[in-house]
Parts: sequence; C-alpha cells; structure tokens
Amino acid sequence: MMHVAKLIDTTLCIGCKACEVACQQWNDQEYTLGTFDGSYQTMPDLAPNFWNLIKFNEYERDGKLSWLMAKYQCMHCVAPGCLKACPAPGAIVTLANGTVDFAQENCIGCGYCITGCPFDVPRLSNTTKKVYKCSLCSDRTAVGLEPACIKTCPTNCLTFGERDALLHGAEARAQELRADGHAEAGVYNPAGVGGTHVFYVLANAARPEDYGLPKDPSVPWTVRLWKGPVKWLGTMVLVGGILGTFFHYVRYGPKEAHDVEGD
Amino acid sequence: MWNEIHLTNMDSEISRRSFIGSSAALITSFGFDLRPAAAASRELKISRTTQTQSVCPYCAVGCSVIIHTLGDKAKNVKPAVVYIEGDTASPINRGTLCPKGASLKEFVACDRRLTQPLYRAPGATEWKPMKWEEALTRMARLIKDSRDRGFQAKDEQGRTVNRLTNVGMIGGCTDTNEVNYLLGKFRFGLGIVPYENQARL
Repeated sequence: MMHVAKLIDTTLCIGCKACEVACQQWNDQEYTLGTFDGSYQTMPDLAPNFWNLIKFNEYERDGKLSWLMAKYQCMHCVAPGCLKACPAPGAIVTLANGTVDFAQENCIGCGYCITGCPFDVPRLSNTTKKVYKCSLCSDRTAVGLEPACIKTCPTNCLTFGERDALLHGAEARAQELRADGHAEAGVYNPAGVGGTHVFYVLANAARPEDYGLPKDPSVPWTVRLWKGPVKWLGTMVLVGGILGTFFHYVRYGPKEAHDVEGD
Repeated sequence: MWNEIHLTNMDSEISRRSFIGSSAALITSFGFDLRPAAAASRELKISRTTQTQSVCPYCAVGCSVIIHTLGDKAKNVKPAVVYIEGDTASPINRGTLCPKGASLKEFVACDRRLTQPLYRAPGATEWKPMKWEEALTRMARLIKDSRDRGFQAKDEQGRTVNRLTNVGMIGGCTDTNEVNYLLGKFRFGLGIVPYENQARL
C-alpha cells in the first residue's frame, strides 16, 4: 500500500491556526482555556486534547523580529521511538499507509512512549490515564480522505499525498527557495528516525532549532539499550535459570529431606 | 490470545495453538516482533451523515461549507450538527476554511445563539424577547415614520431628488446576489442614500 505523508511548507504559513481548529473539531476535542504568556501561540504546549500546535517561534535578525512558524505535531516516523518503547501489545501500531497510530483501548498508560519520542509529542491524560497524539486522521485517510488540517489550510502551506511524490515536491520547493535567495533552504526529514511521514520545508534548514525542531533526532539510547541487549540478556537469564533448574533436576534428582535427629 | 495461553497452562494441556502462541511470545521477547501491522482504524464519523451545503456567515469571501448532520433525514431523528467542513465543489475556497469558518459547529451548537429577536426599550438596561411579528411591525412603523419626517422630493434648487437621508442601510456579507438585488430594490424604493454593504467587495 502506498505511504502517505504531510508536507509543511513553513514559508507559506501565515499563522492563522485554521489547522488547529479543524483538528479540534474533527477529533471532537474539548476547548481548553490556555494561558497568555506574551506569545501569539494558542497554547504554550501540546496537550492530551490538543494534538496540533502552530509554534510562533520568535526570531530576531538585524534587529527585526520575524516569526518562524512551525506546525508542532506527531511526525509519524518511519522507525518510531514510541513504538520501540511501548510494552503494551497493540497500543501503538503502524498502519499500512505509514501512519503511527495509538489505540487507546490497548494503552496501559505507562508513558514509556513519551520517553521514546525524540520530538516530545505524546501526552498522558491525567483523567483517562491514556496517551494521546495526532493520528494523521487515520479514520479519514482509511477511506481516502485527507486529514482535517490539510483540508482546511487556506494558504496551501499544508499538502498531503503519496510520500515519495511529496518528498520530491519538497525538494523542488527548497530548490526554488534557494534560487530565490534563501541559501540555507532545505527539507527537514530527519534520518535518525528513518525519515518521517510529516516533513517540513524550512527557509533555514541548517538551524532547525530555530523552528523548535531537534537537529538530529534519534530514539534515546536508553530505550534502544533497554529494548535491545538488556531485554535479550534478561530473557536469557530467565530461560537459562529455568533450563539450569531442569538439568539440575535431571542430573541430581529431587532434593531429599534428611532428618537431623537421624532415626 | 494471552489469556488463552494461561488458561491452557492451568489445565496442563498444550494444544497446538497455545504452543505456537507461547513460541511466538518467546521469540517476541527476544526482539523479533511477529505482530502484523494493524490495518484497523477508527470509524469515519461522517460516513452516513446528511450533507447540507451552505455559506459561511462571517466575512465577505463567502466560503462554501458542508454541514454534516446526524441521521439520514428519517422522520424520527432529531438532527444535530456533527461536523462542518469546507465544500470542495466551491471555486471560492475549494474545501479550505479559515479558523473562524472551521469552528462553525460551535456557532451552530452554541447555547447562547440568538434564535428570536430581542428588544431593548430606550433607557432600559435589559434585553427582552420579542415575537417576530411584533418586531417586524415595529420596524415597519418606525421606518415609515422616519421616512415621512425626512423624505425630500426636491432639493434647494428645485431639482427632483426623491431622497431619504435620515435612514441608512447595511447589507450583510453572506447575502447572495438575489438577496442583494432585493435589498437594492427596497433601498431605491424608499430612496435611501446612506448605504453600506460588505458584499460590494
């Protein structure tokens, strides 16, 4: 099945937040009153009931302020750290079209996926004790529709389509930007997580930190160690223990109780 | 599957199925994941809703929207708005909506939404509900009175002007061509000069 993807051309975002509203509406999320902290951002951060935040990253150059808009949401990695860290069968699944989806009915609320995510996206709900994030509108994509945020975007900043074609388009757009004077323009599709199904065109791809994106994201080594060698070692110790007991029994037989009094 | 394994183990019976299951569990614990990629996903909440085309009530762009309503118009269903999204058939917005348009469901479902005329008498502080008929009669009466007071058939130089300058008129942004045509007729019929309309964009 073809892999789908979302392309975010940050140079076209006007910060209208229509995608945030469409996301809330489609997923029937309750509106939560945010806090005002001097930024034009809707909320300071993602929340269990708020999966898509447009970050108004303030950037100053030559004394002039500009906003580096970035859509902060699940990146739907090709090799997701959350899935690697998740101990509950079926709680995190990769769909055939590349979407990384959380199935809350299988979630045990341990929060390991939060540790595993290099983009800090999953959010644990205090009321339901389950973890939530963007599902790439898996209910819509399953029937051939685009995600709600894609449909609503009025400036063509968000596009949706086949992953390979979209990556190609992203490169072409970056080329266009470089020709237009943005020498550092490029595509953000980090290799540390095997690439993503949500990628960006950045005017300054050399410094993704300015957009609030990690420079070289990868699954934390603790998760990799614990889900790899440590897990194998633990299992081997367990199995070895059982086998050892078994062979000990075969070799020496059952333990015989000797009466200390000896009569 | 996992429960099944425990049950069969309790009965000290190793069926073929539980053996394969336990083997899979063992292999999984060594880092090989045999679980297939899940293809299931959530149900589409608008798959069988009634779709109604409409126009966004906010600005003068006039984006088309689709209102998804619960039920299939069956007699015994009390309809409720499930979701509102842009209409891709519209050449104006081609499915897109701004944040205000995207939140239209809240506008329809809002418990503070006005569903009847309210009247605040001069000097009063309270708004009181008023019947449509009463409100329209009152508006007609006041317009007629104002027109009788302010209508000018001729200006100072004796030229015929037939104008009314003490009544103004404001059109709405989502008025269609037809509504605007009728508004124009009404306005010229009364001779109203002050006129503003967002739809003139």
